[in-house]
Amino acid sequence: MRVPMQWLNEYCDSGLEIAQLAERLAMTGTEVERIGRHGASSDEFFVVGKVLTCEKHPDADKLSVTTVDVGDGEAKTIVCGAPNVTAGLTVPVVLPGGELPGGMKIKKAKLRGVESNGMILSERELEISEDHDGIMVLDESLRAGTALAEVFPPGQDVLELEITPNRPDCLGVHGIAREVHAITGKPLAELQTGPKPKGSESYTIEVENHALCPRFTARIFRGVTVGPSPLWLKQRLSAAGQRPINNVVDITNYVMLLTGQPMHAFDMDKIRGEKIIVRNAVAGEKVTTLDGIEREVDEQTVLVCDAEGPTAIAGIMGGAVSEVSDSTTNVLLEIANWNGPNIHRTSQLLALRSEASGRFEKGLSVQLPLEVQEIASAFMVELTGAELVSETIDVASDTASPQPIRLRANRVTGLLGTDIPIERCAEILERLDFAVAIDGDELDATPPHYRAADVTREADLIEEVARVDGVDKFPATLPAAPTAIGRLSGAQQLKRAYEDLLAANGFHEAITWSFINDAAIDALAPDGKLAIERLKIANPLSEDQSVMRPLVLPGLLEAAKHNFARGAEAVKLFEIGAVYGGTVDDPREHTALALLISGDTTAKTWRSQPEGGDFYALKGVVEALASSSGVSIGFAPVDAAARPYLIPGRSAELLIGDDSIGYLGELHPTVAKQHDVPSAVAVELNLGLVAEELPSAVTYEAISTFPPAREDIAVVVDSNVPAADVVDVVHASGGRMLKEATVFDVFEGEQVGEGKKSLAIRLTYSAPDRTLTDKDTEKARASITKKLEEIGGALRG
Amino acid sequence: MSETVEKIQAIEANAASAIGAAETLAELEDARVRYLGRKAELNDILKSIATLPAEEKGPVGKAGNQTRGKLEQLLAARQESLETAELNQLLEQDRLDISLPGSPAIGGGSLHPISRTRREIEDVFIGMGYQVAEGPEVEKVHYNFDALNHSPNHPAREWTDTFYFQDDVLLRTHTSPVQIRVMEQQPPPVFVIVPGKVYRRDSDATHTPMFHQIEGLAVDEGITLTDLRGTLLEFSKAIFGDQREVRLRPHFFPFTEPSVEVDVSCFKCGGKGFLKDGARCNLCKGTGWIEILGAGMVDPNVFSYVRESGYDPETVQGFAFGMGVERIAFLKHGIPDLRLFYENDLRMLGQFESFGISSGGRV
Ligand SMILES: [Zn+2]
Repeated sequence: MRVPMQWLNEYCDSGLEIAQLAERLAMTGTEVERIGRHGASSDEFFVVGKVLTCEKHPDADKLSVTTVDVGDGEAKTIVCGAPNVTAGLTVPVVLPGGELPGGMKIKKAKLRGVESNGMILSERELEISEDHDGIMVLDESLRAGTALAEVFPPGQDVLELEITPNRPDCLGVHGIAREVHAITGKPLAELQTGPKPKGSESYTIEVENHALCPRFTARIFRGVTVGPSPLWLKQRLSAAGQRPINNVVDITNYVMLLTGQPMHAFDMDKIRGEKIIVRNAVAGEKVTTLDGIEREVDEQTVLVCDAEGPTAIAGIMGGAVSEVSDSTTNVLLEIANWNGPNIHRTSQLLALRSEASGRFEKGLSVQLPLEVQEIASAFMVELTGAELVSETIDVASDTASPQPIRLRANRVTGLLGTDIPIERCAEILERLDFAVAIDGDELDATPPHYRAADVTREADLIEEVARVDGVDKFPATLPAAPTAIGRLSGAQQLKRAYEDLLAANGFHEAITWSFINDAAIDALAPDGKLAIERLKIANPLSEDQSVMRPLVLPGLLEAAKHNFARGAEAVKLFEIGAVYGGTVDDPREHTALALLISGDTTAKTWRSQPEGGDFYALKGVVEALASSSGVSIGFAPVDAAARPYLIPGRSAELLIGDDSIGYLGELHPTVAKQHDVPSAVAVELNLGLVAEELPSAVTYEAISTFPPAREDIAVVVDSNVPAADVVDVVHASGGRMLKEATVFDVFEGEQVGEGKKSLAIRLTYSAPDRTLTDKDTEKARASITKKLEEIGGALRG
Repeated sequence: MSETVEKIQAIEANAASAIGAAETLAELEDARVRYLGRKAELNDILKSIATLPAEEKGPVGKAGNQTRGKLEQLLAARQESLETAELNQLLEQDRLDISLPGSPAIGGGSLHPISRTRREIEDVFIGMGYQVAEGPEVEKVHYNFDALNHSPNHPAREWTDTFYFQDDVLLRTHTSPVQIRVMEQQPPPVFVIVPGKVYRRDSDATHTPMFHQIEGLAVDEGITLTDLRGTLLEFSKAIFGDQREVRLRPHFFPFTEPSVEVDVSCFKCGGKGFLKDGARCNLCKGTGWIEILGAGMVDPNVFSYVRESGYDPETVQGFAFGMGVERIAFLKHGIPDLRLFYENDLRMLGQFESFGISSGGRV
């Protein structure tokens, strides 16, 4: 909200520099977005001038050459483009050296060959109104050379405030003045209220739904002359960010900006049937609002109607039917209170926000319309020449008055951790316009009606006391030591350990978007359609980010593509984050660990060749993750149908027990090409399932003091027999002294025969009680040979 | 003394001088062969003992064996010294180009600056006795808004501000719903922090629709606003350096009362607002303070949602706070553009290869 300083100071002048005032406000709960400026940056060089002569410019049709008396005894030649400039006018002038609002510097300049020594100003150039039809004309009684600031300020400071949603009472200049009073103790000027009515006319007002319209008030003004508002009013409206229109409309805006209470002026003669009905709309009903748009409303929408139909959408926007115009002479001024949530709902529904709806939706005081009628009347009578011919016509439902709330000094101390004496609490609350009665170490405080919705409990009173007293001066203490020990859970430790292990193995951690799109998911299938659960956002910012990712892979591929496009030679990434599935009724998510290698896994060095990023490169990483966490992860043929993005023969399902927890595999070449990456191998697994398998503490096993015996064997089997099967057979048949069997070479070729391969396996034996002899290993070997034959294997040479 | 014994003595003297004169292992071997080899004179003498007269057999045999033993000792000693010299000479000539790059220990990866910052913050609070709690990102309106005392028309509920799946299911807009989930499951006292992703329907230069928060919640009997201040002061010192101060400004959040926004004194200009050269500090925009988080005392209404789990608003109280991890990472590491966090550019990530153990603030 924009608060022009001159306006604010009229009601409470803190006597502080604006920066200090801003700081005080910020430190007591009114957020200052910035200190702005409206109009010229300084008053210097702005003076009152008298146009002495005015002639046509010799070389330009639309320009005039004037001489202007600016009070320094020397008539200044000023070139002016305004159609209304004539000799004899009293006008605002900016002299060379001055700066217009918006930053334009005024210098002596030649315009079409004629030197101009300043500029005669329009209202728009002074940011008073939008009026740019001609130059401003001032009161002719003003003396030439008078500083313009003595007439009206060419510029003023404006506080731009962010009002928190709990403080609709601060959505007006007077509300901010009340805050300034509370925090500085400087006197607060009351709002001027209107004259006694000169008549007692009445009007028919029917309110059908009191829940949605707790109060509707009206006053009647006759003999209104619609015209432009006075300069000061236009300037204040403009400084507050509101465009001046005419005196009646400007008064409604001005009083709203002053009090926070929106209102609406009807041209009373255009209200059909001489009555106002406030009712819910019927389904499908249409209303044409002031902006000329016909809007369809629903049954929860409240309409202000006359005998023939809707004239306004209550609390949001008036209609064209009874709009005030230049010919209006009689005005009915509506000041109502509307149900906040319903205004909010309707405003959402219609996608229509206004200064009024923005205030009503926060929930205004039901008392406020009565006060504001008095204030608005003063302006109506003074500025439009109207007579007030009615009392306030008031249709209100139950208007309960605020109840006292008890504040206990020990609760203040107990919650804040610092003492604030009950007398100090009382002083603060009284300054905030609460009615206070002290009762020993406690007090009863009754909030003013405009705070009654926000302050309902002791905690709310404590907040008021704390913020005005100054929370920043409270000391710093620490809670008594927590009884629990601070530590990470097993799953959290696992996550960190994996992050560290992966970083130590050359992977960079990525964070990619949780929301992706259908196209990115389908691009994982060579045939362009991936069957997978998709949890869709109902109101995405864009289609690009409309589906919660079912896999991390698309994000990592996108990151790889980004890096290849910027000259990377290889990409190794990991990400730990949620992936999503299920339905909107039963959404599911779990934490996934994803890995991607695209390109080589190690770089070429001066003493080694690069190692390709393939299945085995990433399998080694999975094995390291598994062994480092003591969880055994198995490998099985991949579910090719579910994972079309992988090359079936170069991929595996990752298992814990018999259950899949994810995949490891090389990316289908078509999919890789689609993502502009040369090749890729990826892993994705459910980290939560790994965490569930974390073992308990390691138990020590006795180590043998005798050296192990080692021997290498070569086993020839059919090419399609998995090495793991061979190793399993070796383990199963090698006896209990066989501790390890590790494949260290694989060979295919003529020597072993068509369709065969040879696996070189190193066997390690040991016994706890003796050194093993050749006899021992020969025996084991015989048993192994026999078992291998059963799976078509043979020991070679 | 027999002639033969004299001969042996002469051999010994010659051999000893030849051994001493050998400058290489090859020369030494020559000497060995010449004096102790199978065809050496000494060997011949010892072999011919049997043919000597009986009275010479004893003395010659004794002298011959003594000489052989002595020479063997001399040989061994000389061999050791020559070997040492040769090794030293070899090592003297063995020079690596120590400027060539080492074979890489695999390494070279990195933690994302968000992870790194998250860990750093977690560790500060773990040190103060907090546990780390987590919760779902796809959340119920009940936990995200209702139980956190958001009024029915609170602007954050709007579909323009928040991502929804349907009327009562959304992407959490803050980590605060985990406050409720934790309290539902655990009676007081509670000291937890909650890191995680959150989502808001906002995308411009200073907002991304996904970002990271860390929430804190401390509930017990007698936890006060001054405890909140002290806790956040310790946190600020740990993250931004020992000299930091904090400032509390009253604010409004639906689920805390009183609510405050918390500023930390600027670590770039030392809270002065201007730099050594007199220029205005651009980090704090000349104010000397940097906003880092929102906080407050848990609103009694929030406790009443979890009253059945042991939270009576008349007996327990506590504080909560929430901060943006990106913002802390930006402040600590100077990462100027939010989008850099999500581009995953290796040239950016690679800058975070070190463990990130630092002396403290960025100053
Ligand atoms: Zn600074």
